[in-house]
Amino acid sequence: MPLIWLRVAVAFYSVGLVYSILLLSKRGNLLAKVVEPAVGFGLIFHFVSLVESFVLSGHVSLASVHNSESILAFLAMVVFFVFFVGYRTVSPGIVIFPIVFVLTLASAIGQKPVALTSPLLRSGWVFVHVVLIFTGYAGLFLSFGASLLYIIQERTLKSKHPARLSSWLPPLETIDEICYNSLLFGFPFMTLGLAAGSVLAIEKYGPFFFYDPKILLSFLMWIVYMLLLYMRWSSGWRGRRAALLATIAFVVALGAWAANYFSRVHSFRS
Amino acid sequence: MNLIVIGVNHQTAPVEVREQFAIPEARLPEAVKSLASHPGVEEAMIVSTCNRVELVARLKDGQADIRECMKTLYGVDPAPYRKHLYEFRDREAIKHVFRVASSLDSMVVGEPQILGQVKEAYATARAVGAIDSQLDALLSRAFAVAKRVRTETLIATSAVSVASVAVELAQKIFGNLEGKSVYLVGAGKMCELAARHLLAHGAKKIYVGNRTFERAAAMAKKFNGEAIPFERLYDTVDLADIVITSTGAPHTIFRKEHGEKFLNKRRNRPMFFIDIAVPRDVDPEMNKLDGIFVYDIDDLQQVVSSHITDRKAEADRAEAIVENEVEKFLARLQTLDVVPTIVSLQEHLETVRQAEIDRVRGRLGSLSPEQEMAVDALTKGIINKIMHTPITTLKTAARESSEATTVIDLVRKLFNLREGKKTATGEESAVSTEKTGVRN
Repeated sequence: MPLIWLRVAVAFYSVGLVYSILLLSKRGNLLAKVVEPAVGFGLIFHFVSLVESFVLSGHVSLASVHNSESILAFLAMVVFFVFFVGYRTVSPGIVIFPIVFVLTLASAIGQKPVALTSPLLRSGWVFVHVVLIFTGYAGLFLSFGASLLYIIQERTLKSKHPARLSSWLPPLETIDEICYNSLLFGFPFMTLGLAAGSVLAIEKYGPFFFYDPKILLSFLMWIVYMLLLYMRWSSGWRGRRAALLATIAFVVALGAWAANYFSRVHSFRS
Repeated sequence: MNLIVIGVNHQTAPVEVREQFAIPEARLPEAVKSLASHPGVEEAMIVSTCNRVELVARLKDGQADIRECMKTLYGVDPAPYRKHLYEFRDREAIKHVFRVASSLDSMVVGEPQILGQVKEAYATARAVGAIDSQLDALLSRAFAVAKRVRTETLIATSAVSVASVAVELAQKIFGNLEGKSVYLVGAGKMCELAARHLLAHGAKKIYVGNRTFERAAAMAKKFNGEAIPFERLYDTVDLADIVITSTGAPHTIFRKEHGEKFLNKRRNRPMFFIDIAVPRDVDPEMNKLDGIFVYDIDDLQQVVSSHITDRKAEADRAEAIVENEVEKFLARLQTLDVVPTIVSLQEHLETVRQAEIDRVRGRLGSLSPEQEMAVDALTKGIINKIMHTPITTLKTAARESSEATTVIDLVRKLFNLREGKKTATGEESAVSTEKTGVRN
């Protein structure tokens, strides 16, 4: 049953995907009026799916969800909506929607991955660690999306091309605020998440847990994240330079994600 | 509806001629009154703005001489101005009124003032009792059409003056202009205009720098702003988010290196330079800096003219809406015309029926309630059966404009019906026509 709800959510999220593709291919924002309720319904069904998984398995932990991608997508969408309520613009969705769609789709059609038998996965602490880190990721995704929008809007304004000026993008300063605030929002989650993970790992593997590719990448990402925040705060970096840093952080985040396959600490096979 | 519109506008007449026909606001009520009381005129209103004068009137039988009336209205014979005057009747007149209210006939198509002006003209005419049910219906429809045009097309969304484009661009950069500050370099007229627009949209603080400090001070006083000596220009410009320059300097005042300095001091917060000076005050190179946006007068003009083209494209869609609304309005008018006839016909027959029943009452003796009802049903049934075809014919005739009046007249003559009751005034009638329209 949770899988069915998840697939319904995927169907709704696909509207968001099409919206992004249409915008990026300059076909205009045909779906502007439907995209917001569509992804909203997607989020609701997604929530239902997650709750049902927890209820069915009897505990709130990673072991009860089909795929952790689903949780990441859900949190990205929640963070997106938090900012949507604040700024009334769906535009950062052009980056968020495709990410969410792909993640949700992957977990909705994928087979349940190799049974992860490690009792660790049933621990509430691991779940907290993952949720915190994922929320941090979500803030980073949003900031990355917004910094791309910033560049697009900046180019548009500089081009002075009248036809392009009447664009769907929010004002430059609003985009910048989304960019900065989503970083600010995500940072404490990321930090706490990493701290929680470290504590757990020290307990289980001793201090050598640190020489794990995923963990190294995660800490690298955290450093880029902090650098990004610092540069914005101290010298008001925005536009191209901020986008560059955000892209680096994003790429490192992807690397950290992919490193699951090489990581001993995160393989959870006992 | 014997509707007539006579008028002059910016397309048909130069300002010297429009002046002849313009009616000052103070004289308008009296003028409308005299037009409405001209023999043969049933209802009237006058729209008089700097770009147009429109006399709108509904005539009793289409024969009244409005031009004659104009003579008394203006004290001049309109004959020499014949080529400047346009005249529309019935369908064309309705269309013209709709187009004017929707701002399709305006000099700057889509400008919003005209609707307000028409509304005022309507209010004035109503206040002096020059408007009755039909013009009332026409005007309330015209306002609805204007609203529809406004919401369904993009005709009024884009800015079409340099000053308003400057505001639009500033909003694209800063979003809300609330709390933003503006620096005027040079104290020219254009500068002032742009500053006024920005202030109206929420900008908070105005700084003025000018070579002659007195002029800067005078300008600053107008906006309750701050005058800054010209020597301190480079140290203070970074205080402002928006800089408008219009000096007569022969070479550029702001160059790329200045821009870099400003950005540094502002910690990269964006700046918007509006350069309306010729020759230019701001080096176009500065636009290449991240966070600085420079628009010169040509850039602004280019945006303005593209918006005007946009509006023209939207205007075509708006014309289609007007056309469609004219058809709807005409259809409604015709069914409207026939309704009073049908009502009085039914009333007439009902009185005949009642009278006949009363007449034979005595001969029928006492009737049980059932019998009473049967008699009632019988008589009503006969009338309804007989009248079914004529009423349907009337309704169909109403929809096919050519026959309508003949059929209605014929029915009225055949049954000796008198003039249908007119609804009293204004609002009520607008509402009741609305309802009839829906019912039919």
